[in-house]
Amino acid sequence: MGSHHPLWQLTLARFREQLRQPEVLFWVFAFPLLLAVALGLAFRNRPPEVIRVGVESAPGADSLAALLAHARGFRATVLPPAAAAEALRKSRVSIVVVPGATLLYRYDSTRSDSRMARLATDDALQRGLGRRDARPVAEQKVMEKGSRYIDFLIPGLLGLNLMGTGMWGMGYAVVDARKKKLMKRLLASPMRRSHYLLSFVAARLTMLGPEVVLLIGFGMLVFGVPMRGSVVDFLIVTVIGAMCFGGIGLLTASRVRTNEAANGLMNLIMMPMWILSGVFFSSANFPAAMQPFIKVLPLTALNDALRGVMLDGASLAAVAGPAALCAAWGLVSFAVALRIFRWL
Amino acid sequence: MASESIAISCRRLVKRYKDVTAVAGLDLEVRTGECFGLLGPNGAGKTTTVEILEGLLPHDEGDIEVLGLRWNGHEHALRERLGVALQETRLADRLTVAEVIRLFRSFYRTGRTVEEVLDVVELGEKRDAWVEKLSGGQRQRLAIACALVGAPDLLFLDEPTTGLDPQSRRQLWEIVASFKRGGGTVVLTTHYMEEAERLCDRVAVMDHGKVIALGSPRELIASLGADHVVEFSLGHGAEPLPEAALAALPGVKAARRDGPRFSLTVTEAHRAVPALMLELERRGVEMTELVTHHATLEDLFLSLTGRHLRDE
Repeated sequence: MGSHHPLWQLTLARFREQLRQPEVLFWVFAFPLLLAVALGLAFRNRPPEVIRVGVESAPGADSLAALLAHARGFRATVLPPAAAAEALRKSRVSIVVVPGATLLYRYDSTRSDSRMARLATDDALQRGLGRRDARPVAEQKVMEKGSRYIDFLIPGLLGLNLMGTGMWGMGYAVVDARKKKLMKRLLASPMRRSHYLLSFVAARLTMLGPEVVLLIGFGMLVFGVPMRGSVVDFLIVTVIGAMCFGGIGLLTASRVRTNEAANGLMNLIMMPMWILSGVFFSSANFPAAMQPFIKVLPLTALNDALRGVMLDGASLAAVAGPAALCAAWGLVSFAVALRIFRWL
Repeated sequence: MASESIAISCRRLVKRYKDVTAVAGLDLEVRTGECFGLLGPNGAGKTTTVEILEGLLPHDEGDIEVLGLRWNGHEHALRERLGVALQETRLADRLTVAEVIRLFRSFYRTGRTVEEVLDVVELGEKRDAWVEKLSGGQRQRLAIACALVGAPDLLFLDEPTTGLDPQSRRQLWEIVASFKRGGGTVVLTTHYMEEAERLCDRVAVMDHGKVIALGSPRELIASLGADHVVEFSLGHGAEPLPEAALAALPGVKAARRDGPRFSLTVTEAHRAVPALMLELERRGVEMTELVTHHATLEDLFLSLTGRHLRDE
């Protein structure tokens, strides 16, 4: 294929258009890094927080407070009842203890800090008051790489990026060309339609390399995010993801005439996945009734596959389910897009 | 293969849209080596016709043959031999001039080199400039460069000089003329009568999807029966003159009134003008303005339809 081959020239043109637009470079390369840094910092693992306990002032309050002070990890304050109630309400304390023959714990069981405070406080107080363990106990603290928020986040951001560049890179670019009558002008020449579409695919795949290497490399070097699975398997999954969203992007763009309509439609498709597909937080957080729908979304499938390989060390075969789902989304989208594509 | 002396043959062409018939039964024949113009106002159906001839738009009825071939079944062969410059194309903003031309060159099996074409359209010094940095005239020349790079036998230009300054316009005319001198055939649409008169060997005047006059510019103007036009305006509030009275004046072929302006087609200006002055004096009416010019295709269009080519 000499440098005069139309497919080469078209791909080159695609390439140059993208690289010569600073906004594209920002969104594709800089934005995910910035996001990773910001979120990674905000949600970094921190040592366990001190448990704040309010003890209502009544006979015995001081000795209870002293017991808690003696145990590690508590900050106990003695407060008059009204102040204690307010402190609990405003989360300045996680639990209120009312002294008496029967200890009264006042806490909010829907708050995880409150629940934990109740358990820890009871344990500390009971020990202090004389409870003995039935069996001796030893501790071994473990903090494994791969279970931090940043480890969860990086592959999710990659999935998000693949979706964005696939949709905008292929979809929006096509709408723009159609609107500018560039497509019409190209079709007036002997250029083949297959070459035109293939050039988008080729350009997309070439940009994929730097995109993946930059984000994952950044995560690994700066945050120590592990890559447990095979790099080749991981790259295969990214290619599947890129093609999947390229296909969906093409489908979205297949009949749209204006840039505004393209914008609207693409956002409509991407927004739910931004939120539901487990990019920033696990999709398991959503109610059980929604899970079947969430699991079937292409970005969820992609993120599952990426995380499987990267964090769990799964092989391609092990993540075949979500990978195949992703690929299916892509293939069907391409096929339908080609059928209904509005060329002129 | 059909006779190569006819570049385009188009019979009974019809194109309908939902609420309007854009082309209503059009017959055209373009001879090899001529520059053929489609002249008409906006909405006349020129672009629709040309896009159908270019194989970019399907038609509802009619028979079309381009370079002796039909579009159905010969699309690729035809595209190798055509050059097209559409109305209002915006090419990729951030490619350079040379990159765009090279891209288009890659589509053709045979053609000219990028350098040759840059020379023809005089964009050599802009070869490394981004498309978005070009002026309107330069962009149009780039569009023509892309149309010429495949060394076409037939060149289609849709309103190539719309919105350009006079100098750019003349530059473009020279490029078209040199293409013709090389033996190429040109089909050109325009709403500028000067362009049609200068560049075209024959012109089809179009209105509302039909050809209302066809011939060389000279023949068409001669069909007016007169070669000068006298235009004048009366003072504000003057009593309107009946057109019939004016038409009856010596040397006057026809008279038209358009608000306060009168337009007379005359065969002999030296007889018509004094007669006109006398008539106005007789009626006690004064002129506020008087201009005369050679009859143009614009005047022909006006006489045929009562409307102007350009909605000023």
